[in-house]
Amino acid sequence: MTAETLSVPAGSRLLEGPRGARPKKLTLSRVGIYAFLVLAALFFLMPLWVMVVTSLKTMPEIQLRQIFAWPREITFEPWLKAWDTACTGRDCNGLKPGFWNSVRITAVGTVISIICAALNGYALSFWRYKGANILFGLLVFGAFVPYQVVIYPLIIGLREIGLFATFPGIIIVHTIFGMPILTLLFRNFFASLPVELFKAARVDGAGFWQIFFQIMVPMAVPITIVAVILQVTGIWNDFLFGTVFAGRPNMPMTVQLNNIVNTTTGVREYNVHMAATILTAAVPLAVYFISGKWFVRGIAAGAVKG
Amino acid sequence: MQHSVSIRDLSLNFGNVKVLEHLDLDIEQGEFIVLLGPSGCGKSTLLNCIAGLLDVTDGQIFINDRNVTWEEPKDRGIGMVFQSYALYPQMTVERNLSFGLRVARMPKDEIARRVARAAEILQIGPLLQRKPVELSGGQRQRVAIGRALVRDVDVFLFDEPLSNLDAKLRSDLRVEIKRLHQRLKNTMIYVTHDQIEALTLADRIAIMKNGVIQQLADPHTIYNKPTNLYVAGFIGSPSMNFIDGTLNGSTFEAGDGTAIPVGAYAFGAPGSAATRAVLGVRPEHIFIGEAAQAMPFKAEVEIEIVEPMGSDTLAWTRIAGTPVTFRCSSDVVINVGDRLTVGFDVARGSLFDAETTNRL
Amino acid sequence: MAQLATANQDAATAASGGRTKRKAFRMSTVMAVLGTTPMIATAIGVFVICIIYSFVLSFTSSRIFPAFDFIGTAQYERLWSTGRWLVSVNNIWLFGVLSIAANMTVGFLLAVFMDQRIKQEDLFRSIFLYPFAMSLVITGLVWRWILDPNYGIQATVQGWGFTDFSFAPLVRAETAIYGLVVAGIWNGVGVTMAIMLAGLRGIDAEIWKAAKVDGIPTWRTYLFIVLPMMRGALLTAFILQCVGVVRVYDLIVAMTQGGPGIATQMPAVFVIQHITDRSNVGLGMAAATMMLLPVVVLLALQALIQWRANRAKEAAK
Repeated sequence: MTAETLSVPAGSRLLEGPRGARPKKLTLSRVGIYAFLVLAALFFLMPLWVMVVTSLKTMPEIQLRQIFAWPREITFEPWLKAWDTACTGRDCNGLKPGFWNSVRITAVGTVISIICAALNGYALSFWRYKGANILFGLLVFGAFVPYQVVIYPLIIGLREIGLFATFPGIIIVHTIFGMPILTLLFRNFFASLPVELFKAARVDGAGFWQIFFQIMVPMAVPITIVAVILQVTGIWNDFLFGTVFAGRPNMPMTVQLNNIVNTTTGVREYNVHMAATILTAAVPLAVYFISGKWFVRGIAAGAVKG
Repeated sequence: MQHSVSIRDLSLNFGNVKVLEHLDLDIEQGEFIVLLGPSGCGKSTLLNCIAGLLDVTDGQIFINDRNVTWEEPKDRGIGMVFQSYALYPQMTVERNLSFGLRVARMPKDEIARRVARAAEILQIGPLLQRKPVELSGGQRQRVAIGRALVRDVDVFLFDEPLSNLDAKLRSDLRVEIKRLHQRLKNTMIYVTHDQIEALTLADRIAIMKNGVIQQLADPHTIYNKPTNLYVAGFIGSPSMNFIDGTLNGSTFEAGDGTAIPVGAYAFGAPGSAATRAVLGVRPEHIFIGEAAQAMPFKAEVEIEIVEPMGSDTLAWTRIAGTPVTFRCSSDVVINVGDRLTVGFDVARGSLFDAETTNRL
Repeated sequence: MAQLATANQDAATAASGGRTKRKAFRMSTVMAVLGTTPMIATAIGVFVICIIYSFVLSFTSSRIFPAFDFIGTAQYERLWSTGRWLVSVNNIWLFGVLSIAANMTVGFLLAVFMDQRIKQEDLFRSIFLYPFAMSLVITGLVWRWILDPNYGIQATVQGWGFTDFSFAPLVRAETAIYGLVVAGIWNGVGVTMAIMLAGLRGIDAEIWKAAKVDGIPTWRTYLFIVLPMMRGALLTAFILQCVGVVRVYDLIVAMTQGGPGIATQMPAVFVIQHITDRSNVGLGMAAATMMLLPVVVLLALQALIQWRANRAKEAAK
């Protein structure tokens, strides 16, 4: 290097005083931050803890009235009872039928509502026929409308076409009410794709359905995952539509759960109730923990409006 | 006072990645020094270390002879201007300038005095009650500079401040920054990847690559006597021409056998026996016509491509088998296929050792 | 650039067989309309026709089945003199204000704390968000159990020796609503936190650097610089919550069934009760229309803000 670079000979470079990284002081504020977060975490975990320990206790132990205590004697009997023999109103078959009902409703409902929303988002992004934007505006408006405003006409309508309290009926209802947010999701996603992709396909001669199935669908995997998570959680956890539209043979798990707990017939078996809540919460919790970051992305995506 | 800013043996690692390695740098009072280099060379990192926004892994930083290695940015006596201006969007210009001073509980009249002074120097007086969203890019950048000005510090740090502006604004603000330096005479440390900014603004330039300063010198030296192949290729647009070959005593034998006498070249150290070397000549140092005849080295070449650039013309040809560009005035008519004599003086060029890439 | 390319493409295709192109285009448009029939049906059928239907019914004396006799605003008059409804409206305001305020504050605080480069940030976030994965029915049931006077926290703490300890908000009419608020926060604050954290993370890093160089302490930077910059995230969180509050049904049914007595009645519960057990569809529809009102007002307000913001942007150019 030339002579202008170093003005101090190379052996004695360092002078007095501090050097290197700043010492990491365990300041009060750092401790405070962790303390706050840990306390908050405890608040959030507490109900889960209560659910679990209560469901593993025997009734006599529950009578000891120590809600936070770990069971002295663990029993899985409440779980079996909740699943198999608990009484939901007239029937005493436990949550089992409700579980399978929820599975069917969630599976079919998710698939259909996502297909509809994907088509909607695709059409709104690329085809934009006359009036499409108005329809979309109505849909977005619908996202804010309280369900109770339209529930009665829907009941009448479904009754007229003979689908009230049937499986197709509840599927239709879930599709309707999932449509606004899911369509928004897909529309924003498709809008972020380069429009040249679409134009190139048009020039190649592809039509509406071809472009959708052969180009758009394969590209839409990430957003579909998010949509699936949103719908699975939303449909499984639904209660209002389940009570009104599903009908007794299709009663979902959440409705059964409420029946088990809130029908006061004789002794309240709290451990069975808690076991029932865990069983009902199991599926969405599993989805949550398995999907991890996708769940957060789903919330962010659902929350961010155009 | 020895130096305005001193950096001793500075190292910074991000995990296992060594971003800065054993850096030494002394900056004089009132000097305008530019840290120049491509993305990822560590220049912004170095600036952030000087500012105290990044913790160093080893080494020391001195500002005005005070060891500030562990000091907070606000206590280092620095002001900083950012690439994205970083103005507080919800506050008026006046509040943007005074917020830091108010937090420090400075007396109101002192705050007013400093704001007025900054407004006068940067001519942002009429903008004081506007919000950043209502300002143009150039105005925003001036406010950003103003925010550093009101701190009444000795050292200003600029982190690529003109990169977000369009070309015309960039050249306008460049001149303003130079004027500002002439008026204030503060030490200014300026980071950029744009060599024009570096060459026009700097008292000295530090060219960086991979966290190491390649050369620290004034623009003239860097341009005419680059210390290694990297600096030579980085500075200058269009870039320097490089011819590979072997150095034998006072003759440079190019790859295709052409012999170029290099006796007039100012060698840094006595030359050793035959070494593989690279000869570098800038396009504007290759002449044609009469001027070429006066050159120590001449060659007959055929023009391959002509690029008229308005003010001058760039021509592509081959010397000693290597593609070479040279510049000539746009008055001279050159056509593709013309056979011309070109010549250059090796004394104005550069010779580099092919192995070490250092200047010979 | 893209427009130029399109223009060229269109010109090219127009020059060669324009008629077949138009025909194909119309066919595709037909397909598009076909493909979005569910959307058309929903947007018009549900969100227009059904709303109008409900609105119309509120002016009738429908009991179980719809009746189309026009009785003017009698149902509305009846509504606003029904204790049950007045309590509902009162409750929804109280519940709404408390929930939203607490949710936004706690959510923001949690987001700020999570923004401090915490080790195990993912773990904490998982813990704060998992309640959202649980149905509101579950939330209500579990919290009812926790707040039970005989088996929940009150009994447990009494069992530790503090025989005078009392903490059973759900049994007393004045405090029941607070129990609901706590359960609602437990369920929903994770989402607010996630939205706010995303907003925080979207702030230009250089603003933080500038504030540090200026010597602004961290808490002031959060409150006076960053928070005002987070308008988007704040608005999103706020609107999501408003929507959720107006709809609240599952939580009430699971936790208090509107009780004790009618202390935690809510408009949504009112409507459903009246179209089912209480067989008074007309009254229920009047209530439902009232529920729609704040939503419409809120949306109009947002549209107004948007419009004014656009106007300001145009003026600044």
